[in-house]
Amino acid sequence: MSDDDIRDVEFVDEATGEVLGIDDANQAALAGPGRTAGFAGPTSGVKEYLRQRWDSVKAGELGSLPIIVGLIVIVLVFGTLEDQFLTSRNFTNVLLQMAPIAFLAIGIIFILLIADGEVVTIDLSVAFVAATCGTVLVLLQRPDDPGWPWWAAILAALLLGTAIGLLHALIITKLGVPSFVTTLAGFLVWSGVVLWLTLDFTDAGFIRIQDQRLVDLANKFFEDDWVGWALGAAVVAVYALIRLNDLRSRAARGLTSTPFPIVMAQIVGVAVLSFGAVAIANSDRGVPLVTLILGLFLAFWTFIVSKTRFGRHIYAVGGSPEAARRAGISVDNIRIACFMINGFMAGVGGTILVSRLRSTSSNIAGGNLLLEVIAAAVIGGVSLFGGSGRIIAAFYGALVITSIKNGMELMGLSSGFKFIITGIVLLLAVLVDSISKRRRTQRGLA
Amino acid sequence: MSNSGEAESPLLQCRGVSKSFGAVQAIYKIDFEVRAGEVMALVGDNGAGKSTLIKGIVGIYPFDEGTVEFQGQAVSIGSPREAAALGIEVVYQDLALADNLDVVANMFLGREVTKNGVMNEVAMEHRAQATLESLKVTTLRSVRQTVAGLSGGQRQAVAVAKAVMWGDSKMIILDEPTAALGVAQTRQVLDLVGRLAEQGYGVVIISHNLHDIFEVADRITVLRLGQQVAVMDRRGSTQQDVVHAITAGEMKYVPGMDNQEVAS
Repeated sequence: MSDDDIRDVEFVDEATGEVLGIDDANQAALAGPGRTAGFAGPTSGVKEYLRQRWDSVKAGELGSLPIIVGLIVIVLVFGTLEDQFLTSRNFTNVLLQMAPIAFLAIGIIFILLIADGEVVTIDLSVAFVAATCGTVLVLLQRPDDPGWPWWAAILAALLLGTAIGLLHALIITKLGVPSFVTTLAGFLVWSGVVLWLTLDFTDAGFIRIQDQRLVDLANKFFEDDWVGWALGAAVVAVYALIRLNDLRSRAARGLTSTPFPIVMAQIVGVAVLSFGAVAIANSDRGVPLVTLILGLFLAFWTFIVSKTRFGRHIYAVGGSPEAARRAGISVDNIRIACFMINGFMAGVGGTILVSRLRSTSSNIAGGNLLLEVIAAAVIGGVSLFGGSGRIIAAFYGALVITSIKNGMELMGLSSGFKFIITGIVLLLAVLVDSISKRRRTQRGLA
Repeated sequence: MSNSGEAESPLLQCRGVSKSFGAVQAIYKIDFEVRAGEVMALVGDNGAGKSTLIKGIVGIYPFDEGTVEFQGQAVSIGSPREAAALGIEVVYQDLALADNLDVVANMFLGREVTKNGVMNEVAMEHRAQATLESLKVTTLRSVRQTVAGLSGGQRQAVAVAKAVMWGDSKMIILDEPTAALGVAQTRQVLDLVGRLAEQGYGVVIISHNLHDIFEVADRITVLRLGQQVAVMDRRGSTQQDVVHAITAGEMKYVPGMDNQEVAS
């Protein structure tokens, strides 16, 4: 007699004489795994789990698959073409280079998530808002002029970014100006403000950061090896704790969940990746401080979007504003909050940007920063159509974009080539998004 | 059903409700009632006032005049929130589900269960599953699949389950629940409607499909040009009778002439 049969017998005993109704269904659901009558759903078989995952990939829910494929291609291509690419020195360089993009991409994800149906929401001003915040920070910390302490200057930059986000949000939600136009205007306005601050207001064009603590933010390494190992261990411990706790509480209520061997394999995978990364970083200069800061922000925002009601409502607004409205969610408030978070993260990104450059200047957010940020979010798997994407996408996408840029620079490719290849990669990412969305829709209609 | 004895005091009773939009009299002095444990069909041609009546009941466009009683108490419903608080839930034709969220997230949208500020996914999933099972919704592969991957009938089932899950739900209004469905899926939804009534809910079903209505409805209210022209018992009537009422039912009031009953 199998486990299931035994449970069935017990269940019948309990239910004897009971009136059939909702209570029976509740009991059935309470009685444990295998008793979820009516749901021919996922059980604890590894094979079954893998088959279902493959089915959902075929149906257009790709998850992290494109990113994994992309990183493998990058490692193979640049690793064979350029000796310097797969060195520990270059690995830590990439970690430093990707930081500003990753911070800004976290903010942009909140904007992409709330896309209104078919209309993409976007922030074209994010790079210059970050530059404005960073420049204000640098100006405020100048000794004696006005000589703010480093933490107050950072606080001012973050508040400024949040306020700019609020301003954009009010124009978009209350006045009904499309985000594309609002932030295109913002693109010009804030780039003008940066020029004014660096050229007219100070007459310098280039202002150096004096406070070493501000420079450290994006340039310091944990030189002691044990710090890196401890950080790696913390990542693995937190991940394992969350997964196992989830497994336990689901089993306690008799809900089906990911098979235990799969969860263990995922934990081992995370352990291999994080300890591997620490080992490589330690063989060079150590784990960068900015990577720790990035990790904390990624963890915090991941928690917010996946575990709180607010986060759930963001996805609802992005998936179906009408459904969200009918559920009593204030769509405008959610949108305003998302733009403010984006502005806040622009403040953070601006801080990291000026810290990394140890200065601000009139062309601080020049080049392709804006495009790299948006590309990072999309490459990381955030849908342009709204309502789909995880915060970790900022990390994946920034890693991919930075690796490509880094590899091309090591190879000494011309600017023209670099633009062309970056553009093609971005287009590929959007194509993957569009095609997988079409698959999802077709399946829904079938 | 245990509710058969309560026929004298309906769950919902509207008396003489009217609503006009500017110069357009959308509905005029309609009487409408729903009993607990019955399926009341609401039929009528396009523009007969079905949607206006429903929107008045749930407070989207409150009535201009007339009285509404719910469970014997006079009520004035000014918003869908107030309707939900009384236990009246509407399942709309376009469903109002978010495609990108899974079944559980949709069923709890706007009313997520939290513990110390963190969503309690396990409790929500458990309750969603129990509700679906109580309605014998057995075709879902998993309550953690996104709604985008569901068939039309499954979506309808999820939307209905969402409406009944709230402990205080007493009346479910279904707006064209079978409009976009195939034969097998229509079957599923009609079975579901029947089960709702069996479990004691008052069910209102708006439909253009008389065949569907004759399968599940206990009584049929017919609207024509904003007025109620007939309330029929399904057993004592034919589809022919309903069609006649829809197209040529006798109007009680002359449009535009207040309080003037038609002299017969």
